[in-house]
Amino acid sequence: MKCSNCGEREGIVSLTTIVEGDVRTSSLCAKCAEEKGIETGVGVSDTPLGGFLAALGESLDPDAPLSAALETRCAGCGSTLRDFRETGRVGCAECYRSFDAPLRELLRRLHGSTHHTGTRYTGVPSVPALAPPSSQRELRDQLRRAIEAEQFELAAELRDRLRETE
Amino acid sequence: MIDLSLLPDGGMAWLEASGPGSHLVVSTRVRLARNLQRHRFTTRNEPAEREAILGEVELAAAATQGLGRAVRFRVDRLDLLDRQLLHERHLISRELAAPEATTRVRPGGGLLVQDQASVMVNEEDHLRLQSLRSGFALDAAWELVATLDSELGQRLAFAFHPEFGYLTSCPTNVGTGLRASVLVHLPGLVLTKEINKILQALTQVGLTFRGLYGEGSEVVGNLFQLSNQTTLGKSERELLEQLGKLVRQVMEHEERSRQILLRDATAILEDKVWRAYGLLRYARTLSFEETMNLLSGVRLGVGLGLIPNVGMYTLNKLLVFTQPAHLAAAQGRELAEEEVPVRRAAYVRRILDEEVGRRGPSASTQST
Repeated sequence: MKCSNCGEREGIVSLTTIVEGDVRTSSLCAKCAEEKGIETGVGVSDTPLGGFLAALGESLDPDAPLSAALETRCAGCGSTLRDFRETGRVGCAECYRSFDAPLRELLRRLHGSTHHTGTRYTGVPSVPALAPPSSQRELRDQLRRAIEAEQFELAAELRDRLRETE
Repeated sequence: MIDLSLLPDGGMAWLEASGPGSHLVVSTRVRLARNLQRHRFTTRNEPAEREAILGEVELAAAATQGLGRAVRFRVDRLDLLDRQLLHERHLISRELAAPEATTRVRPGGGLLVQDQASVMVNEEDHLRLQSLRSGFALDAAWELVATLDSELGQRLAFAFHPEFGYLTSCPTNVGTGLRASVLVHLPGLVLTKEINKILQALTQVGLTFRGLYGEGSEVVGNLFQLSNQTTLGKSERELLEQLGKLVRQVMEHEERSRQILLRDATAILEDKVWRAYGLLRYARTLSFEETMNLLSGVRLGVGLGLIPNVGMYTLNKLLVFTQPAHLAAAQGRELAEEEVPVRRAAYVRRILDEEVGRRGPSASTQST
């Protein structure tokens, strides 16, 4: 969201004002917030992503030239840490390995953890999973949908299975 | 113009006011962010790659129960007005809709909708699975999305890291990729000036709040969208339970504030809700913001039983149908800027007229 004051820079401070019971939220960039005398509290803990992105590079190996660290390319998509700093978006899944250390640190600051404890993805089964063919009618339904979706490989398989049940 | 009647319930079952706690909660949304392992994320890929992604997702979706009968939209090939309509109905995000004439439309943007679940394709992440339900219904929304996720995950190789979990374009969504949000109406807390304290407390325990249209949107009409801030380190169930628990607490505070207002400021409160009703019923021009604030007053009045004969469903529908693209669609043409407030007021008058009919909103049962 762009800053609602200058409309140029990214807003990093969410401002909520209540005037006569009317609640409004707006977003301000650091500069406009400062000009309006609003305590931004821009510390890493308040706006982890913004603060981290700004500081990115400084916290990397102090001996390595800053530009070199920022220009290292991800093997997967060719993007650099500098790209990430500018967009705030990661280029591909491989980036999380290419830039393991800084991204791990960022995840820790954003979420307070780096360990996913939710659903574990088990991947696509090697044999394409078909819905269990409880009835011929269901198979026919699936076949019709596969044809409509021009999913011909699946359609052929469904047709064969339908034959088996007949 | 697209035919929104193709959508189940016009994509608006979430407005029914049929779900639990509908007097306080408009709707509940749960979304999961997913990306395909083999493709670059949205900010790094080209239109051709987006086409490929859309193709893969549509193919996989066609073989699922959850989306096998889905209505499909190529968002990037829709006219501006149609994109605005889908956005106003909460079916696509601002990012995918590009609802201003000046913003560039994302190539390859797609939407699949079936029943109360949908998938946005080539948004910030390759897939955004979502379910929108009426009222306070975290479990129902989650179950629908979780089933869809598991069905699609059997057919599409999702980007998943053994430690970090599901990988997303923005690190703020990594882990579960889950964002659950509850759109709750809190005029009592705003009027008693308790709201800031509550919002501050929520922020401290890992919740965030937004306006009617999610990230970056302003709070209007005292409608707050409360959602989880973090997505990593807690399981989906834990995230949902924590949000649910806190929303219930906020609802209790809201109820209490309303009772205090009703007890200590009856005349002021009654005057406020009836003025809101009067303006909506008779005004000749209405801005969007004013409409939202007046609807908030009437909603409060209906919730407290001060205004009879007006249904929550009607008020919910007015939230959506008084927005610019819907007003234009109702006229079947684009509206000049100065015409919008006039059309809006006329629309609101007509709907309220139909709702209360000749009975009129009989005098309040509260004797003062």
